[in-house]
This record gives sequence, C-alpha cells and structure tokens, in this order.
Amino acid sequence: MATGTEPQQNSGGVRTGTRAAIAAPHLRTDRWWLAPAVTAAGLFAFVVYSTWRAFSNAHYYAAPYVSPFYSPCLAQNCRTMHAGPNADLFGSWWGISPAIIILIFPLGFRLTCYYYRKAYYRSFWASPPACAVAEPHQKYTGETRFPLILQNVHRYFFYFALLVAGVLTYDTVLSFRDTHYRWGHMGLGTLVFLVNIVLIWAYTISCHSCRHIVGGKLKHFSKHPVRYKAWQFVGRLNTRHMQLAWASLLSVALADFYVYLVASGVFDDPRFF
Amino acid sequence: MSSYEARFKVWRGDVEGGGLQDFTVEVHDGEVVLDIIHRLQATQTPDLAVRWNCKAGKCGSCSAEINGRPRLMCMTRMSVFTREETITVTPLRTFPVIRDLVTDVGFNYQKAREVPAFVPPAGLGPGQYRMMQEDVDRSQEFRKCIECFLCQDTCHVVRDHEENKTAFAGPRFLMRVAELDMHPLDAAAESGLDRGRSAQDDHGLGYCNITKCCTEVCPEGIRITDNALIPMKERAVDRKYDPLVWLGSKIRRRTT
Ligand code: SF4
Ligand code: SF4
Ligand code: FES
Repeated sequence: MATGTEPQQNSGGVRTGTRAAIAAPHLRTDRWWLAPAVTAAGLFAFVVYSTWRAFSNAHYYAAPYVSPFYSPCLAQNCRTMHAGPNADLFGSWWGISPAIIILIFPLGFRLTCYYYRKAYYRSFWASPPACAVAEPHQKYTGETRFPLILQNVHRYFFYFALLVAGVLTYDTVLSFRDTHYRWGHMGLGTLVFLVNIVLIWAYTISCHSCRHIVGGKLKHFSKHPVRYKAWQFVGRLNTRHMQLAWASLLSVALADFYVYLVASGVFDDPRFF
Repeated sequence: MSSYEARFKVWRGDVEGGGLQDFTVEVHDGEVVLDIIHRLQATQTPDLAVRWNCKAGKCGSCSAEINGRPRLMCMTRMSVFTREETITVTPLRTFPVIRDLVTDVGFNYQKAREVPAFVPPAGLGPGQYRMMQEDVDRSQEFRKCIECFLCQDTCHVVRDHEENKTAFAGPRFLMRVAELDMHPLDAAAESGLDRGRSAQDDHGLGYCNITKCCTEVCPEGIRITDNALIPMKERAVDRKYDPLVWLGSKIRRRTT
C-alpha cells in the first residue's frame, strides 16, 4: 500500500487518509503566529493585573472615584463610599476582597463573548492556532458538550453586564463631585471614567446576543420597523466588536489603575474645574 | 511590460502518494497564479491536472492552497508575492485528492443534500410571492456564495478531524440553513421543521467554535460567522437553552 492510503485514523487530519500526501502540518509562510501570540500576551497581562487588583482589597476608593473592579461593592467589608455603589448584600461573613463577588459577572460576560471565545480558542487552546494551521489535538467536539456547551449562557451574562454598566454609569456621574462630595467639579479621573463608560457601553451593546435580542431573531423586519433600526444600529457597532472588546478591556484596567494611583497617594487628581 | 522567472513548488500526485515538484517559470506583469499554472501546463508539464472555468472569481472551481492559505488561483495576483519568494501550490487539504491540484469535493454535495429545501408557503402560487427588501437582505448576502468550498476546506472542525465529517455540515451549509431560516417566505416552521433546532441537532452547529477562518478565506467577503453562524447559535439557544423563551412559548401555545 502506498503511503497516505492507509485506512482512516480516527484522529485524521490534513496528513492522513485519502488527502494529498504532504508531511508538513501547514505550509503558511506569513507570520501567522503573530496574532495569536499578541492576543495571548494581551489577555495574560490583563489576567495578571486584574488578579492582583481584585485580591489586593486596597486602594480602590479615592473620593469621588471608585475603581470599576470594586463597583458595586456588595459586602460589609467594603469601604463606605459617600452615596457610592455600596450595597451590603453579603454581610459580614464575606472575608476576602469584595471585588471577587462582582467581577464574576463581567468575567463571565467576556469569557462567553463570541469575540473572546475566538481569541482564546485560537491563542490559548490552539484550536486552531491560525487558519489552515493544523491544531495539535487528537479529538475535537467544539461546543457540543460540557463544559463548552455552557457558552450558550452568554445572553444571561449580557443581561448582568447591562446592570453592571448601569452601576458604572452611576459611578461616572458621581465622579463629577470633588473630594468633599460637592457637585460640579471635574478632574482628570472624571475624564478617564467618561472614556471608560462610553467604551464599556459600546462593547456591551455591540454584543452578538444583544444583536439577536433586539431584532436578529425576527423573520420579518418589515413588520417591526423600530426593532429593525435597533438591529441595524447594533449591527454596525457589532462589526467593531473586537476593537471595542480590547478598547474597553484596556480602559477598565486604566480606570482602575488611575484610582489605584490616586488612592495610594502617588499623585493628586488634577482638577479641570 | 516586465517579466521575471519565478520559483514554484506544485504538488503532483494522486491518492497513492505524491509530493511537491519544483518549477522555474516565467511571470508577466498583471498575471495571477492560475496564469502561471496554465503556463506550466503549456510549456513544461502538459499532464498537470487543474480545475478551473471562469478565471473571474465567479465559478468557484480553482480553489487551492497557495503558500498554505486557501485561495482562488484566479484571484491571487502574482504581485502579492515578492520576486524572490518560492510559491507553493497544493490541492485543498481537507478533501480526498484525485490528481495534482484536483480534489474530490463530493463531501460538500452530500452536505448540500442534507439541508431540507425551501418550503413553499401555503396558498401562494407562482408569481404571487411578495417580499420586502429589508426582509431578504440577510439571505441575499449568503446567496453571493460561489461554492468554492474554501470555507469548508479551512474549517478546522473537518480539516483537522476527518471523523467529524459525518456530524458537521460545515460553514457553507450551516449558512444555507441560516439563509432559509431567515427567508421571509420559508414555511418550514409551519410544516413542523424547526431549522434553528435542526442546525444544532442535525447539522452540527455546536462543533463550530466561531474562530472565523471561514470568514477570513471567503472570496466573496460574506461575513459567515457574524451573520450566519452566530445568529443560528443564538436561535438554537432560543429553542434549547433559554428557559424564559421556552416558558414563554409554552404559555403562548396554551393561550392561542
Ligand atoms: S467559524 Fe466555525 S464554521 Fe467557520 S471555520 Fe471556524 S469553526 Fe469552522
Ligand atoms: S461561503 Fe464563501 S468561501 Fe464558502 S463556498 Fe461560498 S463563496 Fe466559497
Ligand atoms: S476559475 Fe472560476 S473562480 Fe477561479
């Protein structure tokens, strides 16, 4: 029997069976590894940073700014933030950093997001590492089974993400106060918060589940003109979902870092008015 | 008009085996890879097998892998490569090879047959169909498909896992399911066929992990993943994993 004509292996890929006999797992000559490498580095950096900040349980409030990682703050061990996003739902038994409670939601939203799924399937799981580059796995069942079938809960995280974005909007409004909680002031931090909240909303609204819910599920757009308009609007944002995912990831980390710097006394928030 | 000698590696062989063969061949300004393959046929290797038809990116016959990337040979300009580069051309690596650059794409015809056809609406005869443009826009994007099967070739679900070919229809035919499900006059639901559910249960939508390679290679620029696959995933969630929608449909069925 000539090589390449043996009976199908169960793990048959490009190098097996009746396919053209080519030994190389791929023949790409461009820098196909660059995108997954940069993606992995970016996501890894964020995970390291946010883990440190989420567990540190310190320097997350510098009036009037509250770090987006700690908002809303749902345990008794939270710092009291004047008229801020405090809600003692968990009481005193919660001993570790209160950021952990709330971060589950944005984390879940981003983990099940259709863009981030693509990003980490490619860059962390190499499934596939890049197009037409053979993946290293023997078996593949995609999202047909537990645990990956759970990706289908994305829309619920989207609903929670709306609530969280609402709270962060409230925080941004509160950032128009000064350190003594008087209204009508604005500092550099306010600007950081404004940019962040716009990006958070744009990312949240451009979600594929949102696009489905506002109108994508309809069969006849002509019978629902308002929802059709909404679907078109979300669709336009949706084409930028990847860019918005990265921009908002960066901006939320920057907003937190800004609060950290001010709260830990590295510098004082410059005031515009 | 300038010309130069380019180095090519072209896969020659059949199901019994084969390999990359080296060629040096003349290239003129404005040519595409398919021109060079034709020049090889005309001047050096008359028995080189290649499938092509329109040379205009519309028939979908000349699909191959050029420097490891699934592309149409007739739409790949030589000017995208440097003159020093060696250009490697192989047949599609997801389908059984027949000879040289020609593969057996029968898998795709099989999958096409597995998608239930358009169900005509009851009570409307020929010539009585009326549709609003905004209702057909989505399906029309998918109708641009030229059936080159580059998306099917690049999709890792079947490219890297032969055993998944039974369960998975591939992006092209999941998109066909989407096209019909979004068709304003398709009466599948009335006839008891739930296309959203069947995309998941019968055509293997769950295998797709939305890594978007199909979209990346589509020569027609169809946004397969964003506009067909993800919307179908969301429709499947409506049917199968959304307790609110499920409850709502139960209540509505009771009351109507
Ligand atoms: S997005 Fe899905 S169908 Fe398209 S290539 Fe990737 S896994 Fe295959
Ligand atoms: S969807 Fe695009 S890549 Fe796939 S067969 Fe059609 S034209 Fe080719
Ligand atoms: S020859 Fe028709 S698409 Fe290339």
